[in-house]
Amino acid sequence: MKLALFGGIYSNALALTEAIRDARQRGADAMYCLGDLGAFGPHPDRVFPLLHEHDIACVQGNYDDSIGNERDDCQCGYTDPRDNHFAQISYDYTLARTSDAGKRWLRQLPREIRLSVDGLRILLCHGSPRRTNEFLWESTTSTAFLERLCRQADTDIIAGTHSGIHWMRRLSGGRCYVNAGVLGRPENDGKTNVWYAMLRTGPDADRSDRMSGRPAWSVDFVPVSYDFRQLAEQMRQESLPDEFIETILTGWWTTCLEILPSRERRAGRW
Amino acid sequence: MMPTPETSPHIELRSLDELWFQVAGTVCNLTCHHCFISCSPRNHSFEFLSYDQVERTLRESLEYGVREYYFTGGEPFLNPDLTRMLIRTLDFGPTTVLTNGTVLQDDWLDRLRRAEQNSRYSLEFRVSIDGPSPDINDPIRGNGTFVRAMRGVSRLCRAGFLPIITMTQTWDDRQTGPILSRFRDILKQHGCDRPRLKILPRLKLGAEQQRTEGYGVTERVTPDMMRGFDRDQLLCHHSRIVTSRGVFVCPILIESPDARMGSDLSDSMQPFEMKHGACWTCWQYGTICTNTTWMKSPTVEARSS
Repeated sequence: MKLALFGGIYSNALALTEAIRDARQRGADAMYCLGDLGAFGPHPDRVFPLLHEHDIACVQGNYDDSIGNERDDCQCGYTDPRDNHFAQISYDYTLARTSDAGKRWLRQLPREIRLSVDGLRILLCHGSPRRTNEFLWESTTSTAFLERLCRQADTDIIAGTHSGIHWMRRLSGGRCYVNAGVLGRPENDGKTNVWYAMLRTGPDADRSDRMSGRPAWSVDFVPVSYDFRQLAEQMRQESLPDEFIETILTGWWTTCLEILPSRERRAGRW
Repeated sequence: MMPTPETSPHIELRSLDELWFQVAGTVCNLTCHHCFISCSPRNHSFEFLSYDQVERTLRESLEYGVREYYFTGGEPFLNPDLTRMLIRTLDFGPTTVLTNGTVLQDDWLDRLRRAEQNSRYSLEFRVSIDGPSPDINDPIRGNGTFVRAMRGVSRLCRAGFLPIITMTQTWDDRQTGPILSRFRDILKQHGCDRPRLKILPRLKLGAEQQRTEGYGVTERVTPDMMRGFDRDQLLCHHSRIVTSRGVFVCPILIESPDARMGSDLSDSMQPFEMKHGACWTCWQYGTICTNTTWMKSPTVEARSS
């Protein structure tokens, strides 16, 4: 099986469209979204029809819980005043422009999706299996901790998003953690593309991964190019902050920087 | 109404996410007037941990699935084995060291930077400086400490680290904005082009209790306050600290006998009675001791709570 895993969309319908096209072209059997459909970008309601039309099952992210239930803030978990300032601008915009039907749909999304595929137990979540808004960064998450999360969640593979940068770690016993990255904005690497993950299981896994005698899986991280200039133009027309537009145009994060561990922070420009 | 010990809530250890080492005990080259455990050059109530103690505990920690490790004191770099301990810990997980920045040496930092580059995990430095100038910092931390600590910050930045500066707030809330802004400028002047600042509340214990005042009898957590409260915001819900005198519930309460949870990790897993004034400060401000800040959203409940 080939499972396309989309991380946070952040209202980037242009990137979502390209990711769906790419995943179809690669022969995806199913597509999933790991939550945070709105935020950051323009026109949040443009994302919902794409998800419905292409049968993309979604996990509820912290943003979806907030918008769906009309909470005061996005629950992203920032504490720096500047980060919170920009997060609130984005949240107020998204809350005001999400339709009632969209909010109803977001409200009823599940906190996790469990799959059983080719002998593998797969858990799709937003932050971590135990907490929707838990950041799992590559440099600040020990292998022993991921092993424990898998044990406690009784699963072989955990897939999440939330932190915005893709990574994966192979664990003992043929288990694995995958962070799918996000479709909503670039990865703070000076490139304008965004990312999703393709999980291939059973006969679709790499030959080398099929030799272990255990249920097999392989993960590809797929870069997605899209019309980022058009997105920037839409954001300008919606009067979204210049700082957000700069991120889309340059590939460098300009906000939400204080939450980054030092290694991930050093990889960026600011 | 004044809570009695009988009404203090108990908090269970959900999981051991962060493991702390009181690696320099209560020995410090400084004698800060607000230190919550009264560290000084002469306070030997807690002694240094040995390399073997740390190694043994790291191995023991694997079965608990510890997410990250923290080293504190006293001043951790007074322990002559610290560099070796930090390098070893980077084999196990993300590592943070809390320092006053005044005794750092370039060759230690170069070795640590190389070790971090060879590890999959980050090594974070938290440097305690209580304001952007000697006139705010030095009355609390000692004469000349601002200049010496900033020299340490420059060394860290030159070595390639991005230190987190932690300030204990001793000023009025209205001054916070200007102080942060001024500190960012000062840090940039010292070669820190991406200033990371964290403000901590005062803990009215130890030396601080003498400097200002202790906790009032009503400054306690009650069972009512825990109803619907996101327990992940409390360090005792997911951490323990290893000291020369056993395992304690958190770095703040090591001088309270009832905060000693056992002699090693395996017997430190029982719930803790939150009857201290410091528990009330943690309840107010959230997890103040860790680097990560994801706990600050009470509406997203942990699945397990």
